[in-house]
Parts: sequence; C-alpha cells; structure tokens
Amino acid sequence: MSILVDKNTRVVVQGITGREGAFHAARCKEYGTTVVGGVTPGKGGSTHEGFPVWNTVEEAVTKEGANCALIFVPPVAAADAIMEAAAAGVPLIVCITEGIPVSEMVRAKHFLAGTSSRLIGPNCPGLITPGQAKVGIMPGHIHTPGPVGVVSRSGTLTYEVVGQLTSRGIGQSSCVGIGGDPIQGTSFVDILRLFGEDSETRAIMMIGEIGGTAEEEAAEFIKKQVKKPVVAFICGQTAPPGRRMGHAGAIIAGGKGTAAEKMKALEAAGTTLVKSPAEMGVTVGKVLGR
Amino acid sequence: MKIHEYQAKALLREFGVPVPNGEVAETPQQAKAIAERLGARVVVKAQVHAGGRGKAGGIKLADDPAGAERAAAAILGMRLKTPQTPSEGILVGKVLVEEASAVERELYLSVTLDRGRSAHVVMASEAGGMEIEEIAAATPEKILREWAHPALGLSDFQARRLAFGLGLAGEQFKQGASLIRNLFALYLAKDCSLAEINPLVVTKDMRVLALDAKLNFDDNALFRHKEVTALRDIHEEDPLDVEASKFGLNYIKLDGNVGCMVNGAGLAMATMDIIKLAGGEPANFLDVGGGASPEQIENAFRILSSDPSVKAVFINVFGGILRCDRLAEGVIAAVKKLGLRLPVVIRMEGTNVELGKKMLAESGLPLTTADDMAEGARKAVALAK
Repeated sequence: MSILVDKNTRVVVQGITGREGAFHAARCKEYGTTVVGGVTPGKGGSTHEGFPVWNTVEEAVTKEGANCALIFVPPVAAADAIMEAAAAGVPLIVCITEGIPVSEMVRAKHFLAGTSSRLIGPNCPGLITPGQAKVGIMPGHIHTPGPVGVVSRSGTLTYEVVGQLTSRGIGQSSCVGIGGDPIQGTSFVDILRLFGEDSETRAIMMIGEIGGTAEEEAAEFIKKQVKKPVVAFICGQTAPPGRRMGHAGAIIAGGKGTAAEKMKALEAAGTTLVKSPAEMGVTVGKVLGR
Repeated sequence: MKIHEYQAKALLREFGVPVPNGEVAETPQQAKAIAERLGARVVVKAQVHAGGRGKAGGIKLADDPAGAERAAAAILGMRLKTPQTPSEGILVGKVLVEEASAVERELYLSVTLDRGRSAHVVMASEAGGMEIEEIAAATPEKILREWAHPALGLSDFQARRLAFGLGLAGEQFKQGASLIRNLFALYLAKDCSLAEINPLVVTKDMRVLALDAKLNFDDNALFRHKEVTALRDIHEEDPLDVEASKFGLNYIKLDGNVGCMVNGAGLAMATMDIIKLAGGEPANFLDVGGGASPEQIENAFRILSSDPSVKAVFINVFGGILRCDRLAEGVIAAVKKLGLRLPVVIRMEGTNVELGKKMLAESGLPLTTADDMAEGARKAVALAK
C-alpha cells in the first residue's frame, strides 16, 4: 500500500516540450514511473525526446489511459492546464509550476470542486511512492520504501528530511509536497487522512511553515482522527513579520501565521514537535522505537 | 508589491471610489501651491509604505497655504519611525496634500484572499480607524464578511448587505454600495492581494469617502500589469533586496551576522532557524533557487558580501540531482573572482559529494565543509564570533 501514486500510475506530462517538462519526464521514467507521453497544444502528433506528444490531455486519456497529469506549463497558462486535465477526467493532477496568479487559482480551484479530480500543488515538488512511482522533481535515489508518510509545504526541506530518514535506514511509504502557495489543491488534512487510512504507513512526518492556518487545521484533525504517531517541524521560527519568505504563502500577516502559534497547536494535538530541522529523522526513529 | 497612498488613491479614483481632492508634493513650495488650488483646510500626509504615520508625526493639519508649507517642511526629509518601519525609520520624500474632511463616522472596508475558503472576501466594520486585527481581537462580531463567488465575483446583493450592515441609509447607502462594488472591481482588475480603506468615512456633508487607502499586489500577477509595476518605489525597499531581485534571487535582509545561501525557500527558513538554535543570528533569508547554478552562487555572494554585518557565510544546499563537484566549482570561482575574505562553511548533498568536498578542501581558500546542517550551523556561528 501507499497513497495516491503506485505501479498503476500512468502519467501524462503537460508542457513536455519545455526544458523542465522534458528533463523531468525523463527522470520520472528512469525511476520506473510509467510516463505515457506529453501534451503541448499545437505540437500534437510529434515525438519529443522519445515521448509521444498530443494536443490535448483528453487524447492521452483516451489513447493511453493516462490517470495522472504532471504539469510544467508556465505560470500564465498553468491554471488553464489544471482545468483541462480535470475536464479530461484525470483523477490526480500534480502541478509543479511556481508563480501562478492567485486570482487564477481561485477560479481553477472552483472548477476542480465540480469534478472528481484531486490537485496536488501548485508550486510543489510533486509526490513519490518509493520503489513504485515518482511524479515530480524530487531526486528519486534519496528515497527508500518503508513505513513513514511524509507531507510538506516545502521542496528541498522535504529532501532534507527524506535524506535524514534514509540514512538511518528508515524508509517512506509515500512523500507528498503540497506546495507553498496560498491556494493549494490538497491540504495537510487531506494527506493526513490518506496516511491514516494507509495500512503501510506507521508514522507521519509533517513539515509546515509560517503563513496561513493550514497547520492549525491539521492539528485539529490530528487530535480528533489520527491514531498514528505524527512528528512535526515548522520552519520560519525566526522569520520577521510582514515579509514574504520565498514562498508566496509564507508570510506572517497581522501577527497571524507565526511558527510559535502553529507549534503550540500541534503540540496540544499530541504530535511530537521537533525544534531543530537537523533532528527530524532521529525523532521519527525514536517514535518508531528505533 | 506595495504602493504609496497617493498612488492607491489615483487608482481608486480611476475605478470610481471617491477620495478627497489632493495632489502629491516633493517640496514645501509645491505643498503651498496645492493648498492654494484646493482653497480649503488641508491635511499633509507623509508618503511611506508603513502605517501608524499619524502618531509618529507624519500627518499634520493646516488651516491655510502657509500652514501647509510649514507642515510639509516639517515632514519632508524626516525619518519617520512607526511600529511598521525599520528601527532607523524611513526617509520621507513626498507628501500628499489633500482637502481635510469633516468626519461624521469612521468605517472599515477591505478586500483580500481568504486562504481557508480559496475565495476573495470583502470585510467591513463600523469600527473604523482601528487596525482590523484589533477589531478582530476585541469585537469579532463587528466584522461583516461577504465571500465573492470564485467565478461570478461579488454580487450586488452582497454589496448592499455590507452597506446596510455599515448602517448606511438613503443617499449614503447608494454611495456606499457602489463604492464597495467599485473597490472589488479594482481589486480583481489589478490583481491586488489587499485593498484596504481604513478609515472609510461619512462626512458631515454626507459624502462617503476613502480617507486612507492601502493597495498591495500579487507579485505573481505583476507580469500583466506594467502600469502597476511602474508604481514601484525602490527607495522604500532595502537596497540589497532591490539588487537581489534584479538577479531573480529571493533575498531578505535581517539583523544578524551569519549570511545564509540556500536552495529552496523552506530549507532557507529552516537554515535561519538552525543558526538561531546554534546560538547565532541569521543575517538574511536567501533562496538561490532549486538548481543553485554557478551564476546564482556568484550573484548571491556579491549580495551577501556587500552587507557589512555579515561575518561568516553558511551555504546549505540539498541538491539531490545537483552535482556537488559543479557546486564546489561555482563556489571556488565566485570566491576567487570577488576576492572574498569571509569564512565560508558549506554543507551540500547530491551526487559526487566527496569529490566536491575534496575540491573545496584543496582550493586553499577559507572554505570549511560540514556533513549536516547542524554541524554547518555550529561552525558558521563560531566563525562569525
């Protein structure tokens, strides 16, 4: 078991003829993911670096049974790409693109609500089920299969925790980057619920950051519904208020969204809090009795 | 991105949100001339990107043109210090001179994103003049909210509900409802992240006016608003932040002495945190991007080394796919090219780590390596002391 992606995942890459799209489509395929091809409007019928290219997502779904869309489309067209994938009935949409205007994500999210598709991201590294499928830009080789579910708003900080886990011989069931934007397709709560139901996941590592209230909502959910141990780290403990710390969503506004508030809520919910980002792996090990 | 009050008011006017008559001045003489044209009591307001101006002496009333000239002379050139400015204050280069209003009631109105609902929300309150956070803490029941439909926007009935909720009646109700609709239209059309009018006032002659205005913009949407980008005032930003943004680096200057250079925003924040845990203070937030290319490393070094308070640099890169030998090459080249004398601690993960470390060790430069981020932070903090 695992969550969201596995051996049966069939990926269509939107924006496959772009530099990033082509590069990462090849890396995903190397890892063992089934990448059926890509979509670039106007370039349908051609092949790009060995991948068939279609004009629409719908073609990839009808012809190749694509059940996952991985989006590298530039910000100006990315929200539309999300809606196209959802309209084509793709159940899982993973949007890597950073920098999509908020007002367009408001519309795209509303559009998704009327479909059965789930969006991961945008502005995220994607997700991976070690040994089965990598749908994203994370380095595959640092992962190893095992019992820890990882969920995070950050990219490289997720690699950091995975690196710490793997070096201690602790594997991961699935690792999901939900993204650093103010509007996200999938929240901490959604992923915590899936990890809670997943038979292979025995502990959960959650990495939050300053801004918004997603961590507080996660704490509320953990308290009520998560029976598995959760280890949590919040980055941005030293961030000054009012400044956007790289991620569009990472801003402490009007005294709200601070790391301290989030840590308090998570501690009260019974999670094991990690103060230092260097101790995430070792703490998960302790929780698992290693 | 933020803009000045006078710029925000020009946009409000363009979208049919009434504001007091006024113009911007850069000299006391200009302020006097504007007051003469207005022919009334005026208010002279410092134009800086920070709130709390009134209490800090940045807003003055004047009865006549000579008074306006004196007020402008006092405000222009002052370093305005408010709870929202850096400790050294912000130099005031412009004042807004506008007609003073006889205020009957002070209200609050804003539009922003409700992240929880993934929708734009219009907020209004009869408790104007206070910060919305104070209102929310003291009397949350006094804040009215209407969420705009994600595709259809704000409906007229919602604008009416807010206007009635603000206790507006008759002619003021009509003005208020129209003002709310127009403010929302501006917010959407210009991709604002915040459009706030505080206070929104009803005057003694029964007009509804935006007495103050704050517009912030979604940085991700600036590419399609050249007219908004043109309003950017780089004097309001830290010069190093401005320099960094030219290179597409995400940099924010802080107060400490350990410079950080990190790939990825989350890891960059975590690196600041671990420096603090190691007993030091980060000098900055700096995200060089996921790839940490040699050009970006060089640009980042240039920014970090131009901050005199930086005593040591901690480079923390988790690349994965990234080749550490290439990274080491980039670091060595940049340090040599810039003649950098600062001690540098490097922690990197990726392919060819050992080769990268060997290159750094043999470079003959003040470069130290660390095996993990805790060790790197400890070493950098020690070197900065």
